[in-house]
Amino acid sequence: MIKWGRFLLFLVVVALLGTLVATTTTQVAGKITLGLDLQGGFEILYEVEPLEAGHQVDIELLKSTAHMIERRINIGGVVEPVIDTELPNRIRVKIASQSADQDKLRELIGKPAVLTFRDEAGKIILRGSDLAPNGAAVGYDDLKRPLVTVKFSDSKKLEDVTRANLHKRMAIYLDENLQTNPTIQSVITGGSAQITGDYTQESAQELADLLNSGAMPAKLIEKQVTSVGASLGALALQKTIYAGYIGAALIFLFMVFVYRMPGMIANITLAGFTYFCLVVLDWMDATLTLPGIAGFILSIGIAVDANIITYERIQEELRSGKTVLSAFRSGERRSLITILDAHITTLIATGVLFFFGTSSIQGFAVVLAMTIVVSIITNVFGSRFLLWLVIRSNMFKKPFWFGVKESEIGEL
Amino acid sequence: MSFNQHDTVIRFDIVKNRRKFFIGSSAIIILGLLFILFQGLHLGVDFKAGTRLDVYIGKDFKPAEIEAIIKEKIPNVAFSPVTTYGTYQAFTRFDQTVSSDTMMVVEQALKAKYGDQVNKQVSTVDPSIAREMVKKAAIAVAIASLGIVIYIAIRFQWLFGVATVAGLLHDVFIPIAIFSVLGLEVDITFIAALLTILGYSINDKIVIFDRIRENLRTMKSKSVEDLEHLVNVSLWQTMRRSIYTVATVFFTVLAIAVLGSESIRNFSLALLFGLVSGTYSSIFIAAQIWVNLKERNMLKKKA
Repeated sequence: MIKWGRFLLFLVVVALLGTLVATTTTQVAGKITLGLDLQGGFEILYEVEPLEAGHQVDIELLKSTAHMIERRINIGGVVEPVIDTELPNRIRVKIASQSADQDKLRELIGKPAVLTFRDEAGKIILRGSDLAPNGAAVGYDDLKRPLVTVKFSDSKKLEDVTRANLHKRMAIYLDENLQTNPTIQSVITGGSAQITGDYTQESAQELADLLNSGAMPAKLIEKQVTSVGASLGALALQKTIYAGYIGAALIFLFMVFVYRMPGMIANITLAGFTYFCLVVLDWMDATLTLPGIAGFILSIGIAVDANIITYERIQEELRSGKTVLSAFRSGERRSLITILDAHITTLIATGVLFFFGTSSIQGFAVVLAMTIVVSIITNVFGSRFLLWLVIRSNMFKKPFWFGVKESEIGEL
Repeated sequence: MSFNQHDTVIRFDIVKNRRKFFIGSSAIIILGLLFILFQGLHLGVDFKAGTRLDVYIGKDFKPAEIEAIIKEKIPNVAFSPVTTYGTYQAFTRFDQTVSSDTMMVVEQALKAKYGDQVNKQVSTVDPSIAREMVKKAAIAVAIASLGIVIYIAIRFQWLFGVATVAGLLHDVFIPIAIFSVLGLEVDITFIAALLTILGYSINDKIVIFDRIRENLRTMKSKSVEDLEHLVNVSLWQTMRRSIYTVATVFFTVLAIAVLGSESIRNFSLALLFGLVSGTYSSIFIAAQIWVNLKERNMLKKKA
């Protein structure tokens, strides 16, 4: 007897999934951050070297240098640069931008920062190198308002400068950009000064970092540069996605021809798998690069494997003379262990790659691990649920629907 | 399931012929090693100091024209002949790192000649970074192998783990050897491809070992003959799945290799070689190594 209820539930689930995919895919795909190789931009790995002999590169210097780079890029007006520090002495800068002034920006970033203190006439009266190493810090006044404390290495020099410019403004410049313009209120004798103003905790910290980076200016050496023109990136994306469609179409046809009805269900869950991977990519804020897309298309192949393993098992059980329902049950049970073992070992491999790999390999590992987890949910449990619904509706009781010929069924 | 049915599954005695596969694979590996030793690998800028320039010209052009422009703008740096690829694209490689300012000058000259649609992609890598990445990737593969052996030893048996890792090393080596033979460029994406192969290849071996493990529970395997028969049956029971799976992945990757972006062509080719060698080694090498190890164990126990 055909149970329409179950089949109806199946249709509803598929229709819901279809609607979800059809209406939101463009939106989800549009939100995914594309790597430099797909939208144009550049990535530079710098090695940080102290400008003055005797200084060491430490986390502080690295962080303040990274901060300085960010400031400079923001001056250049580029949105959202990604700046990562990598121990012991590297800074990675990624800028996804179609603007043509890439080369100007690189020049701007690579220059050592020069911090200067100037009098009202614009004459340089003190330099970043006059600051004591790590001499700038955030302090508070009596009313708990944030301020910046600054220590100079030569207190005599500070005393002379403050005496000569008493009650005048002293401008602090990073390169040619004015950072702050405090007034000298008294002659400072001990070498420690305070810069007060309308600071928040955050802006005070920023200024302190800036002063520290000025006190220990670093030289940036380009170690690795990748720059991609915008139209080259778009071309690569377009071609690869097109190739992906062809690959997906081949899989789609193959599954229907070989496995018939379950093959159709595999195709539905594969579409779901692809969709949910995109959603998760978006949640993770992962950046999709060209090898990432290729790996992603490959993961579809591995996801297909989960279905093939199950269906081969079901076919085997059918050939041994079992009914569709019991073939489904035992095929499903026996293939589950295999699939889980295979997926867990791959997960172990991705975990290791993540902990021991460098940035691009880490990104690759994260995407691969994500697809494996999503695949277990959609291609193992999702696929089984749908197949169960269809089988229990009693509409497909002939082995034909599972790609098994009557003549192949053994007697038992 | 009856024993008769098992026999009909076997179309060719893989296990009995395993020595041939061992000899064949050893020969390929030795040949590959010789190639790598004498011919070396064609290292991309990722592994050698230098700058790679890719340009999109966007209309018909002659490589010689581009070479002339580069020679004029960068007179002192040697570069490889300009090679065209795809539709209206070309690339070349400089033996030294070239500054971005100089590249800008070249781009402007190209724009002046061919129009504003000209677009460039430049990669410069310091070799110290590349060496470090390779070292880290190698360490990662080694630790991943160890982790897999431990997992398989717990879930299956220690011998399965050893056989899996032997197969994995085979699968990672083959694409390297083929790249050496064909003189294809090895860059960072090649490392990513090798790691993908590793993941796929593990999958493949686990599926087969899983079937062997399952059959070990239901079929008797007291003698060496029983064991060989059992492995033969297991291999043939999973054969359709092995072929179908590799076929679907193979054609997807082939589509990317043929139709996809040129910049991932080598990546896709490496995957293709790895897929085939991974499927081959799962059936003809890894499973057979396990048979050898297991038989030695059985004989030892008897003695």
